[in-house]
Amino acid sequence: MSAAISTPTPARGEFARFAARFAEDRVAVIGLVLLLAIVTMALLAPFITPQNPYDLGKVDIMDSRQPPGAKAGDGFAMWLGSDGMGRDLLSSILYGLRISLTVGVLSGVIAATIGLVLGLVAAYAGGRVETLIMRIVDLQLSLPSVLVALILVALLGKGIDKIILALVVVQWAYYARTVRGSALVERRKEYVEAARSLGLSHARTVFRHILPNCLAPVIVIATVQTAHAISLEATLSFLGVGLPQTEPSLGVLIANGFQYMLSGKYWISFFPGLALLLTIVAINLVGDRLRDVLNPRLEK
Amino acid sequence: MAEPVLAVDNLATHFFTRDGVVKSVDGVSFTVAPGEVLGLVGESGSGKSVTGFSIMGLIDPPGRIVSGSIRLKGEELVGRTEAEMRAVRGRSLAMIFQDPMMTLNPVLRIDTQMMEAVHAHENVSEKAARDRAVQALAQVGIPSPEERLSAYPHQFSGGMRQRVAIAIALIHRPALIIADEPTTALDVTIQSQILAEVQKLCAESGTALVWITHDLAVVAGLADRVAVMYAGRIVEQGPVDDVLDRPLHPYTHGLIGSVPGDSLPGKRLMQIPGSTPSLGRLPPGCAFEPRCSRAVEACRAAAPPLMQGAGGRAYRCINPVSAEEAA
Amino acid sequence: MLAFVIRRLAQAFFVVVAMVVLVFFGTYVIGDPVWMMVPGDATQEQVEEVRRTFGFDQPVYMQFLTFLGDVLRGEFGRSYVHGSSAIGLILDRMPATLELAFAALILAIVIGIPLGLFAGLKPDHPVSRGIMAVSILGFSLPTFWVGLMLIMLFSVMLGWLPATGRGPVISILGIETSLFSLEGWRHLFLPALNLALLKISLVIRLTRSGAREASLQDYVKFARAKGLSPRRIIGVHILKNIMIPIVTVLGLEFGSLVAFSVVTETIFAWPGMGKLLLEAIQRLDRPLIVGYVMVVVLLFVTINLIVDILYSALDPRVRLTGSQS
Repeated sequence: MSAAISTPTPARGEFARFAARFAEDRVAVIGLVLLLAIVTMALLAPFITPQNPYDLGKVDIMDSRQPPGAKAGDGFAMWLGSDGMGRDLLSSILYGLRISLTVGVLSGVIAATIGLVLGLVAAYAGGRVETLIMRIVDLQLSLPSVLVALILVALLGKGIDKIILALVVVQWAYYARTVRGSALVERRKEYVEAARSLGLSHARTVFRHILPNCLAPVIVIATVQTAHAISLEATLSFLGVGLPQTEPSLGVLIANGFQYMLSGKYWISFFPGLALLLTIVAINLVGDRLRDVLNPRLEK
Repeated sequence: MAEPVLAVDNLATHFFTRDGVVKSVDGVSFTVAPGEVLGLVGESGSGKSVTGFSIMGLIDPPGRIVSGSIRLKGEELVGRTEAEMRAVRGRSLAMIFQDPMMTLNPVLRIDTQMMEAVHAHENVSEKAARDRAVQALAQVGIPSPEERLSAYPHQFSGGMRQRVAIAIALIHRPALIIADEPTTALDVTIQSQILAEVQKLCAESGTALVWITHDLAVVAGLADRVAVMYAGRIVEQGPVDDVLDRPLHPYTHGLIGSVPGDSLPGKRLMQIPGSTPSLGRLPPGCAFEPRCSRAVEACRAAAPPLMQGAGGRAYRCINPVSAEEAA
Repeated sequence: MLAFVIRRLAQAFFVVVAMVVLVFFGTYVIGDPVWMMVPGDATQEQVEEVRRTFGFDQPVYMQFLTFLGDVLRGEFGRSYVHGSSAIGLILDRMPATLELAFAALILAIVIGIPLGLFAGLKPDHPVSRGIMAVSILGFSLPTFWVGLMLIMLFSVMLGWLPATGRGPVISILGIETSLFSLEGWRHLFLPALNLALLKISLVIRLTRSGAREASLQDYVKFARAKGLSPRRIIGVHILKNIMIPIVTVLGLEFGSLVAFSVVTETIFAWPGMGKLLLEAIQRLDRPLIVGYVMVVVLLFVTINLIVDILYSALDPRVRLTGSQS
């Protein structure tokens, strides 16, 4: 998803063929539609929600912990109920989605860029540079991402910029490994030899010839990793080490509902979690299909 | 002649794929007498292996035996349940496969794989099963069998593995062994050793053999009788010398002509034009007709019936090769 | 074989050294720990005093050597919050975490392998499609949220299982465990299931693809031709082949179970070292964080070694090449 931005626009016919192949899988199409719907709703949140959950003037503490369907003091129906501070849950979820998606996509784009550059450098430079980069990649990948992210945010502190940094650190190695793998394959191909024998500069060879051919696997990794990043951010925020209350992502919303869970007020945690789940499932469905269409032989 | 060990009658095995029905075996009949070696010859895709697996009852969906009968020592096998087939498999009916690298389980020791074969049909002690395994290995000419028993398959050469597979097949002294190209994957020198070994063992134990192969030279040296398959049917069968010397069916004739060793030096090798037809879309008449130089109008109309020739020969051709042409 | 073990030990050593360096620079150089250790209204003298006491006025390499010396003695200082030895606190909590991770591993195997086998051997069966759909969902489910839902369903709504804490523990050979009482199991089940969820999906996928591949192999057909029962073919011929990748992956995943137990332990108030870590993070208790990281790294390295050795024990082909090299 995130790397799709940097995809070179393919010829119209090529894109149509790609879209047709993608559409062969009905479940993936459902995933795509769901994903587009989620993104649209998150983008349009200020215009479609009945309440701005950040506007303290609009939020009434008297409305707190209302079950789904209850009427708010202002008269609108709170379809998903309200949280402990009287905020309409549906509104909070849509606003929360904006934050969750931003964190996921932004960290994905940055990690993909770093991974692309380092992966290309490793594949193209070879020798000691390659060994060094790949050693770091291996070390990084051998550690569970949740732990690395946890320790990092512990050191860095709370905040959206810090959590993005932590997510970039746990993600870049996947891109670097994948890019290096496909760049090595591309490098051995004849056209790269040809480009070099024509006297093209290294940079030009890499960016004009090798890079475009590495993008397909990067796009696939990007979908999976974005879903992973969104989930990881929610986990960290739930644990209270991710985003602060002032930037309530879905994870923060779920955490807020945790304390009411034992008294049976399930919806405060349930619906934000459901939104999170749907987002991740939608991205994964699209990602799975992209993997099949773009590159049948790709390691996960 | 004694009652045949195996009598296959009008067997049809079809595969119901998404692209249509593939009639891999369609109306195959033959018999094998006790101790006899039948060579089942054909190109890949002719249905010879499917015939073998049908006899073993190892046809998996989407494939199915749709009609016909397979009688082993007079007892019908078609229509038996899986459990009933299991009682026969490995005991009175055994099979050897093409690639010895693939048929032995790589993560199990040889003794495990041999002893489980014993235990599958006989309730004997570990010790007795082990002794049987040692015997069987010695029988197929594996040196120091007791030591080799605790080895893993990858510690054996290809020829040795095939000997192990043969030993497993022979362990219950079956009435019939189906050998599906067991020498194709081996070196030429090993091939002839294995051939000689199998021939000797079967003769000793009175085991009948169906030897599936595409190699006429193997059949010439090994078989008593030969059946030639083309597009799911047996197009010609009879005593091996008669068929190879005086083929009646043009396809058999073509096959023999395309074997390098059989033609005179300097003489051009014969070729059968075209390639094997798709079993999903066979022509209405004789399946070989599009490639046949002797085809006549009637060949296109209907599949030729099975015709009986002299000396126990049978063929499916309305315009057979004459003795003069064959020579 | 010996050469193989030595080579693996050297690799493990490299990883540990790399982690020691990373942890040192990560925690002691980025940011000044002194401010964590002095009261907010401390005077400049007091700050300098603490700085000297802990050696933070020393040059970086000296601090590193001191740290290295501490690590070699298995010491990471005293917890700022608890006041006692950090490593001691962690080791106290470790059995609870290992118990949880182990139970999750067992659940993943016990649930994942049969389901995966079924899906692999009967790929067109509707139940198989259901199993695969569930396993795809399992990959997408956020663990912590599922934990909440489990509590809501089984503890709050149905009231079948306790939501928090660990059952009564019994000390066996000096290790405290809750595995020997029904109450212990009742407390363990939900957190273990929660922790196992991702791994169950993983095992289902691995087993399914392994079983599909293995069931098409000639050795399975040959085993059938020998007249073996389906039980023996599946239970011995197929299972033994697919156990190799499963054991390898699961062994490596055990580390990730320990890491993920931070989340599960927090939700279910399980008194393990993951919960301890989270508390340490919230209070910036650095010796405890450092100690945790080092313990987990050592655990990882040990697990990887064990997996490698297990792998060669399961696969005869590896054993041979291992002894030759």
